[in-house]
Amino acid sequence: MVRINGEPREAAGQSVAEILVAAGYDRRAVAVERNGAILAKADYDTTRLVDGDVVEVVCFMGGGC
Amino acid sequence: MNTDENDFLIDSGKLSAAALAKKHRLEHDPSCRRDPMEYFPEMEQIDSDVRERVITAMDDYDESRYTAVDVRRALDHEHCSIEDFKALLSTAAAPFLEEMAQRARSETSRHFGNTVYLFTPLYIANYCENYCVYCGFNCYNDIDRLQLTPEGIAHEMKVIADSGMEEILILTGESRTKSDVEYIGTACKLARKYFKNVGLEVYPMNTDDYRYLHECGADYVTVFQETYDLKKYETLHLLGHKRVWPYRFEAQERALRAGMRGVGFSALLGLSDYHKDALATALHVYYLQRRYPQAEFSLSCPRLRPIINNEKINPRDVSERVLCQILCAYRIFLPYVGITVSSRETAKFRNGIARICATKISAGVSTGIGDHEEKYTGQETGETGDAQFEIADTRSIANMYGDMASEGLQPVLNDYLYV
Amino acid sequence: MAQKNEDSLVIGGHEFTSRFILGSGKYSLELIKAAVEDAGAQMVTVAVRRANTKEHENILDYIPSGVTLLPNTSGARTADEAVRIARLARELGCGDFVKIEIMRDTKYLLPDNAETIKATEQLAKEGFIVMPYMYPDLNVARDLASAGAAAVMPLAAPIGSNKGLVTKEFIQILIDEIDLPIIVDAGIGSPAQACEAMQMGAAAVMANTALATAGNLPLMASAFRDAIAAGRKAYRAGLGRVLRRGAEASDPLTGFLHD
Repeated sequence: MVRINGEPREAAGQSVAEILVAAGYDRRAVAVERNGAILAKADYDTTRLVDGDVVEVVCFMGGGC
Repeated sequence: MNTDENDFLIDSGKLSAAALAKKHRLEHDPSCRRDPMEYFPEMEQIDSDVRERVITAMDDYDESRYTAVDVRRALDHEHCSIEDFKALLSTAAAPFLEEMAQRARSETSRHFGNTVYLFTPLYIANYCENYCVYCGFNCYNDIDRLQLTPEGIAHEMKVIADSGMEEILILTGESRTKSDVEYIGTACKLARKYFKNVGLEVYPMNTDDYRYLHECGADYVTVFQETYDLKKYETLHLLGHKRVWPYRFEAQERALRAGMRGVGFSALLGLSDYHKDALATALHVYYLQRRYPQAEFSLSCPRLRPIINNEKINPRDVSERVLCQILCAYRIFLPYVGITVSSRETAKFRNGIARICATKISAGVSTGIGDHEEKYTGQETGETGDAQFEIADTRSIANMYGDMASEGLQPVLNDYLYV
Repeated sequence: MAQKNEDSLVIGGHEFTSRFILGSGKYSLELIKAAVEDAGAQMVTVAVRRANTKEHENILDYIPSGVTLLPNTSGARTADEAVRIARLARELGCGDFVKIEIMRDTKYLLPDNAETIKATEQLAKEGFIVMPYMYPDLNVARDLASAGAAAVMPLAAPIGSNKGLVTKEFIQILIDEIDLPIIVDAGIGSPAQACEAMQMGAAAVMANTALATAGNLPLMASAFRDAIAAGRKAYRAGLGRVLRRGAEASDPLTGFLHD
């Protein structure tokens, strides 16, 4: 079991790139944090998720004061 | 206005032929003098941009560009900017002196009420290894040299403390071999027994030395830059550690890093262009205050005075009116700083300026060594050392106290709890 | 090569001719392009959020090219969280700028100055161009400067309140005492208030809610642009804060001078 943006997914064994595509994220527009550490974009294809991983996928949105 | 250059160079008949030859070489052949920007190996170099900021602003300053309109605008501003300050220091501000004085007084009273602090300087040694051509202590000047022993220091301090004084400023000539840091530390420890507030006006030293002296009881360090005009400085400070201009400039910053509570500054007015020197002095304070906002800052305003063996030395174009203008400008630009007016000035001037902007006045002054008892009581006590310069105001502490009170001011001997 | 503007705003080595920092919150993406253009803004703040798989619109597609993005750390309650958000923002690949916002208070949204200093120190060490949002306190501003901030962003009034320069006296002290650009942030509700901040010597003004809540957003953006430029001109022209001093009857003070 892997947690992606708070939601549990059966994604252990998949690469980060694969789960981004499966979930419909645009990999150019997001940043990925895995277990609290930022994952470089270059490593999306080679990084395979393991059971218990916590993944955050973030992007920019409107914000100000 | 006196625009003649001072003739500082005096030969003593007691110098050997070799010493005289070296002195003359230093005076007349710039190539045999040390580079004033080059630190001695034992001198600490700190990383700071204050010097560059001060000197850049000073170099850019052309006082003749400022007009009455600029002065008017400066006086109308609630906060005095650097540009306003430049206008107030300019010749164009001379006709505004009374208005500047009124404004200065209101700033002074806002920050200091009607108080005026009294203190006395204590010279403990007049040995000096520098050749600063205008100074009575310079190493080529034929004067009686003396260094007080710890017992001698304690005796002088007791005499001064008995007069009621609670703040002391300890001074030496600039000889690190004769008056080493440990010796000055001994004087500080003694001073802590007799006084509530101990200031130092000695040769610039490294941060570690200042830290040690702070532990010994000193909490205020004053170093006069003399002139911020490096070219001029080089022609006046021909020999010794004092020749190293940037090391002197950074003394206050080292003292603050060492934990000293306050620092004092000054140019010796009359040595160079007073507009530029006054600007640089105030900016030296201004930029350091921004870096060390916890510290106390004070400005002095000495003018050149006659010395033993050279009666003709004078402050050139820095008249009393000019001095008053500079001090008013200092006060308006830096309302929170202490301003000290020394006994180089007359009693009349000091009474007047204390009503406008001075916050600290010396009394019971001797610039000689070991002669306080004689001066205070008339009783001769043996060997004394010659004075650094002639003073103009010889009032005792009691007289000064009374005179300040009769000017409507409240004399204060100490307002500080040593922590 | 473009000529260096004589009155440019320099933050972290980057030069800007506009002194209006635009927020992009609280209004629709379609309006952002017009707002940025009509504001003449060269810097726009954005927030970092969990990506939503259902929306595929990217705010970056709406922000004109050449505009510097200033990601903020909104949502952070501690220095550590702000640092984490800043790192993610940098990973999104739009430069090294970050505006630190740390709020532990959801009612007033006032910044936590102590945590902000910590985050500034850490992020400056990591090479970010750090612009901390803060409650205007001189000691804190000094600490932020020593911690490596590239600018300081004091609030004018509670965020979103449109109340204007409620902290004016304290912002003035920061402008007078801190050697960094002081950018007035939060609470500026009208062009007149933005103009006043600029006249005081603020380096720039940030606004968002005032535009988002205006009847015509692009038109208000343009009004802010003009007001900020006018205030800057007035400051540069040497607007005086004239103190009216009553004629105080006083004895001459300089009568003792004889030469």
